[in-house]
Amino acid sequence: MSRETARVAVVGAGPAGLAAARAAAAAGAGVLLIDSEPAPGGQYLRRDALADAAGTARRDRATALPAGTEHLPDTSVWAVEPAPGGGRRLHLRTGPADAPGRRGRTVDAAALVLATGAHDRALPFPGWDLPGVFTAGAAQALAKEQRIAVGRRVLLSGTGPFLLPVARSLIGAGARVAAVLEAGEPVTGWLRDPAGLAAGTGKLGELAGHLALLARHRVPYRPRTAVVAAHGDGAVRAATTVRLDPDWNPVPGTERTVEADAVCVGFGFTPRTELAVAAGCAMAGGFAEVGAAQATSVPGVFAAGELTGIGGADLAAAEGEVAGAAAARLLGFAARPPLRALRRVRRGRRFAAALAAAHPVRPGWQGWLRDDTLVCRCEEVGRAELVEAARARQAVGTRSLKLATRVGLGPCQGRICARNAAELVGDPALADGFARRPIAAPIRLGELAEDPRTAAP
Amino acid sequence: MQGHPDVVVVGAGVIGAACAEALSAAGLRVTVVDRGAPASGTTAAGEGNVLVSDKEPGPELELAKASRRLWPELLAGLAEEIGPQASEAEWEPKGGLVVATGGESAAPLADFAAGQRAAGVRAEEIAPDAAFDLEPHLTRAVTAAVHYPDDAQLQPVLAAAALLAAVRARGGRVRPGTEALGVERTAAGGVAGLRTGAGTIPCGAVVNACGPWSGEFSAAAGAPVDVRPRRGMVLVTAPLPPGTVRRKVYDADYVGAVASDGADLQTSTVVESTRAGTVLIGSSRQRAGFDDTVRVDVLRAVAAKAAALFPVLARVPVMRAYGGFRPYAPDHLPVIGPDPRLPGLWHATGHEGAGIGLAAATGRLLADLFTGAPPVLDPAPFRADRPALTAEAVS
Ligand SMILES: Cc1cc2nc3c(=O)[nH]c(=O)nc-3n(C[C@H](O)[C@H](O)[C@H](O)COP(=O)(O)OP(=O)(O)OC[C@H]3O[C@@H](n4cnc5c(N)ncnc54)[C@H](O)[C@@H]3O)c2cc1C
Ligand SMILES: Cc1cc2nc3c(=O)[nH]c(=O)nc-3n(C[C@H](O)[C@H](O)[C@H](O)COP(=O)(O)OP(=O)(O)OC[C@H]3O[C@@H](n4cnc5c(N)ncnc54)[C@H](O)[C@@H]3O)c2cc1C
Repeated sequence: MSRETARVAVVGAGPAGLAAARAAAAAGAGVLLIDSEPAPGGQYLRRDALADAAGTARRDRATALPAGTEHLPDTSVWAVEPAPGGGRRLHLRTGPADAPGRRGRTVDAAALVLATGAHDRALPFPGWDLPGVFTAGAAQALAKEQRIAVGRRVLLSGTGPFLLPVARSLIGAGARVAAVLEAGEPVTGWLRDPAGLAAGTGKLGELAGHLALLARHRVPYRPRTAVVAAHGDGAVRAATTVRLDPDWNPVPGTERTVEADAVCVGFGFTPRTELAVAAGCAMAGGFAEVGAAQATSVPGVFAAGELTGIGGADLAAAEGEVAGAAAARLLGFAARPPLRALRRVRRGRRFAAALAAAHPVRPGWQGWLRDDTLVCRCEEVGRAELVEAARARQAVGTRSLKLATRVGLGPCQGRICARNAAELVGDPALADGFARRPIAAPIRLGELAEDPRTAAP
Repeated sequence: MQGHPDVVVVGAGVIGAACAEALSAAGLRVTVVDRGAPASGTTAAGEGNVLVSDKEPGPELELAKASRRLWPELLAGLAEEIGPQASEAEWEPKGGLVVATGGESAAPLADFAAGQRAAGVRAEEIAPDAAFDLEPHLTRAVTAAVHYPDDAQLQPVLAAAALLAAVRARGGRVRPGTEALGVERTAAGGVAGLRTGAGTIPCGAVVNACGPWSGEFSAAAGAPVDVRPRRGMVLVTAPLPPGTVRRKVYDADYVGAVASDGADLQTSTVVESTRAGTVLIGSSRQRAGFDDTVRVDVLRAVAAKAAALFPVLARVPVMRAYGGFRPYAPDHLPVIGPDPRLPGLWHATGHEGAGIGLAAATGRLLADLFTGAPPVLDPAPFRADRPALTAEAVS
């Protein structure tokens, strides 16, 4: 075990965690950067096999680790608890999750930055459990890291601006993108908003670039449209698309069958909050609540990036910088106030709020499901079964909802289905309770049983 | 439902649900209130063991035997009344196997089993080889084993939900999100109503079934009983192939921890598979007030013992850990019956680590006492005015 009194521990090496590491190092603190991926970068700064030389150089600069940083790749923090001498004790496992012989280690951190990011949200529809249906994030990761396109003819369906870079990655990996379907209003509308919400975030230029690329490849961008069913015998062969009204109810008579061998869905993001919840951080609206210096309600614990709100990579990095400086200051290092980053945070939050307001998930999606459409794939709980079991058993709390309907009890522990299930039973707030996952990452019973302090290093 | 309820049950855990079911079956008009959601407290935090194997001869074993007899009858009755789906509680009379792995625990286990046999429990001493036939993945370090054919299990949340569904079907009410704050009294000093966050519910009787929070509510009602929380954690594995663990399997040291009084961390291993294929591994016992911080050393201790009992489990991923607060009285016996200090106040609480199993007989006993029917078993050991309860509560 190491007791870290001079180092800042950072969990997550995405834009937020990397910026935190840099800011802490700049203040003179050592940094322990823990991340479950093999390479730093998180979701946004992934190794990109499709990038040109300039893009690769940019990414390399953006993911370069500051001097004095110990990076632990392939390492998940599976639990956090109060450390006996104050601060937090992190329990780590290094090595691929399903491999034997992962190494264990515990670290006591006096200053901890949580930057665990988010994963994209999928909405269920008939056929969403067929092979060939992916989340947008997973499809982008495959395209970027391995140049693998998830299909030859791909449909993208979801909401918000981050569908567009996925289309770009897929095109780059050689797929034909049949269409990008935006369930809400087009991104071009609100980003041009006269209030200048996107001003200075660089988002407008970025998105204009993506849209121009779609146009060049003759990829239709269709607002108020979504995939509401995927078809195929064993794998996706086609999908039904439909026009949506403002509440996302299908407009009768507008169904079309589109040939596609892959469907990618992304309906916003769900933050990865289990470590923040386990550390006891106060939450608000499903996100970790933070003050001006990214401090959570727990002394010594800071949070940055999508864990605190969804606003893109720039906001994540700005928050990370503020959090890293604050964490270093807590350890007694003379960090200069990150004034520019604080300004970027304020601007980014305005953008984030506008993004959330412009791309809400509307309740009409619930009508896309048939009675037997699975909501929880792990436990195979269908829509009607879920709603009926919750009603008949008066399951109006998270724990009783899980145990009365089995939803969220499987391997994903509700990461995929909790929000959808909570909305389907009529109480979206029930989703919050699913975030209590004291075992934050899978661990074998034998690993749990062994004491890393006595295990061979 | 017309008019006011006869009885308001405070707490919609398995104990409150069983009481409400039995009272409504006796023809009383029942309302159940819970400040949270039904079956979301301790009842959603434990395992579903319905055990006779872990109890030494005495009042708790008598309650357990009665409950073991009543549960299947009760569930069968509910199936007829509200249908097989609403009454589904995953009842499995699968039997239990208690094993000793060290030389020292073999003799105490045999003595314990002999005592239980004298008290009418089927407890069959079997050779280690026979135990391996029953449980092929069991550690070969087993030196002695006792098979308890009458141990069973059910799914606590489903069971509580089924009981409450029956209460509703009979015209009773279940009100989630309603906190009980105290009782209103008549001029004569008896219960006139239950004060809640949503107004007073006039009624002639109130049942305190607040689980580990029973001490708090009884104090607010003006008749404190000493019930406290004892923290416990359970681990759940990913689903395993059927047959990996077939019965409920315990380490013989279970018995020691159940009866013991120590504040320090204790663990005793119970390994069982659920209908979904997951394996539940329990559990720890610790006095930590209502502190729900998850401690890794507690999980580690539970995991280590389970892996020792079933070496095959070492490779299996653990999906989740959860825990709750067992409600216990100073003498480790449930409290069931009227409170002589406050006419109209009843208690059904303090079931510690066995409330799921003991619920069926608890509900019946309470209803018998309430209606004046011959009690299903001797109520004296559980009475609310026994010295062990009130002595500590006033100090
Ligand atoms: C498909 C897609 C396209 C996007 N396109 C854009 C875009 O074009 N422009 C833009 O600005 N933004 C885009 N975004 C959003 C952008 O990716 C995020 O804003 C950004 O990555 C958030 O940074 P972060 O540091 O908060 O989290 P992340 O980048 O998600 O990093 C979190 C890291 O923490 C690690 N981690 C989590 N839990 C643990 C644990 N328990 N133990 C160890 N490690 C852990 C994760 O493995 C991950 O590496 C896109 C997102 C997606 C999904
Ligand atoms: C880890 C663990 C494992 C266990 N394993 C088993 C097992 O295998 N077999 C077994 O038989 N038992 C087991 N138990 C014990 C069992 O879970 C309990 O004995 C049982 O659930 C107690 O039920 P209850 O209804 O008394 O309490 P609870 O389920 O806690 O119900 C009390 C209810 O009262 C409500 N309440 C409290 N105060 C108020 C108020 N003022 N107003 C309104 N409502 C209020 C609460 O919200 C709660 O819903 C285990 C317990 C734990 C913790």
